[in-house]
Amino acid sequence: MGKRTIVPFGPQHPALPEPIHLDLELEDETVVRAVPSIGYVHRGLEKLVEQRDYQQMTYIMERVCGICSFGHGWGYVGAVEGLMKVEVPERAETLRLVFHELSRVHSHLLWLGLLADGMGFDSLFMQCWRIRERVLDIFESVTGGRVIVSFCRVGGVQCDVTPEQVAKIISVCDEIEDEIRKTGLVFINDTSVKNRLRGIGYISKEDAMELCAVGPTARGSGVNNDVRDFTPSYKALGFEPVLYDEGDCLARCRVRIDELMQSLDLIRNGLRNLPEGEWRVPVKGNPPEGEYAFRIEQPRGEAFYYVKGNGTKNLDRARVRTPTNINIPAMVRMLQGCSLQDVSMIVITIDPCISCTER
Amino acid sequence: MSSTSKSPWILHYDASSCNGCDIEVLACLTPLYDAERFGVINTGDPKQADIFLITGSVNDQNKNVVRQLYDQMPEPKVVVAVGICACNGGIFRDCYNILGGADTVIPVDVYVPGCAARPESIIDGIVKGVAVLEEKRALMKKEGRK
Repeated sequence: MGKRTIVPFGPQHPALPEPIHLDLELEDETVVRAVPSIGYVHRGLEKLVEQRDYQQMTYIMERVCGICSFGHGWGYVGAVEGLMKVEVPERAETLRLVFHELSRVHSHLLWLGLLADGMGFDSLFMQCWRIRERVLDIFESVTGGRVIVSFCRVGGVQCDVTPEQVAKIISVCDEIEDEIRKTGLVFINDTSVKNRLRGIGYISKEDAMELCAVGPTARGSGVNNDVRDFTPSYKALGFEPVLYDEGDCLARCRVRIDELMQSLDLIRNGLRNLPEGEWRVPVKGNPPEGEYAFRIEQPRGEAFYYVKGNGTKNLDRARVRTPTNINIPAMVRMLQGCSLQDVSMIVITIDPCISCTER
Repeated sequence: MSSTSKSPWILHYDASSCNGCDIEVLACLTPLYDAERFGVINTGDPKQADIFLITGSVNDQNKNVVRQLYDQMPEPKVVVAVGICACNGGIFRDCYNILGGADTVIPVDVYVPGCAARPESIIDGIVKGVAVLEEKRALMKKEGRK
């Protein structure tokens, strides 16, 4: 048995643009224990709910995280609408679904790029981010924002989508589908990528369930906990969850590549069946006393929103349970027994979003 | 113009940003904006960096990290605060865990506005930062420090 050494990972680390700190306890090159410590990005934005009214809070909730910004906006707005018993028009619901899937496409492409960057495959990183810019162009043309879009409002969406924009989005989806398929094949078939991913960071189905893993991290181990699978609007568009059983880094990568394809299908189906009519209803009054919970499937997994009203324009409480926070115990389990050079790969494959985690 | 100004190396640190500005900083380096054609290289090592891009505001937990990264960078060095949070705290300025903009801990030379800051304005901020870098270098030479 070798001598135990402790190697710090982060908070400033080349593998991740975000600050997370891990103390890696090593025996020779093998990680025996990993102790995460967080708090570098904590802002305390849930507390702001006492100072901002429920409409202004939408903008703050969107900034829980800049990557899954749209999903946080939708989750919060959905919870407030449930509390206030607002009937959202069907057109707005479908537009939200389409934009949520577009943000999933941008998030997964971003993640594939970071994965390639983490293993030093720079040209693949550039290709993924090049495709991703097409999605950001759609956001910009419809909403005016590139990453933080402010599209959801309590009662509907910020603006309508014209028939030309619908045709444009469908054609962009067709174009990038081919490019994503080609780029995805590199991740699946390339020997050097496979050597970095296959068999690394294994977590069994039982462990994933016991540690409450969510999102692609769980689906890579065969656990179906996709919220979309229990959502009627998604099922109506022909949604089927993507599951792989291997439980290693490659499986989690393949889940995301397949989800990209599926998201593109959902976007096109949604836009082709876009209901006519209102896209926003006026909302009057303040949120009543009571509480409401709402959940959606973010790119990183299930996110849970809780709001509590007290009859004034300010809510009593707005809480988010974010996917990365839930996935950290699973990540620590994966890190046990891996070698030091695989640590960055394993940390990246749970798709950590630290600003979601710490809020 | 010195070689550093022709190819400034960048250190990026996310203080407590929401990620919006971070992914835009990375988008600057990728094919659509491609700041690398101007010689801008993103390095993870503060000891090789000339320009410190800081996104997000500063809190008690990360102020020492920011300070340490700044101290490790060799002179002359320039700090570019990217996004409104790094400028003055932005939308989170009233949060209990936010001390304020990056300039509460380290001296900031260039402020880039926006939420999230657009890649064009980030590149503009870097170009302005290069001019400041050149000024600082000239001053050091004059004072005989280099």
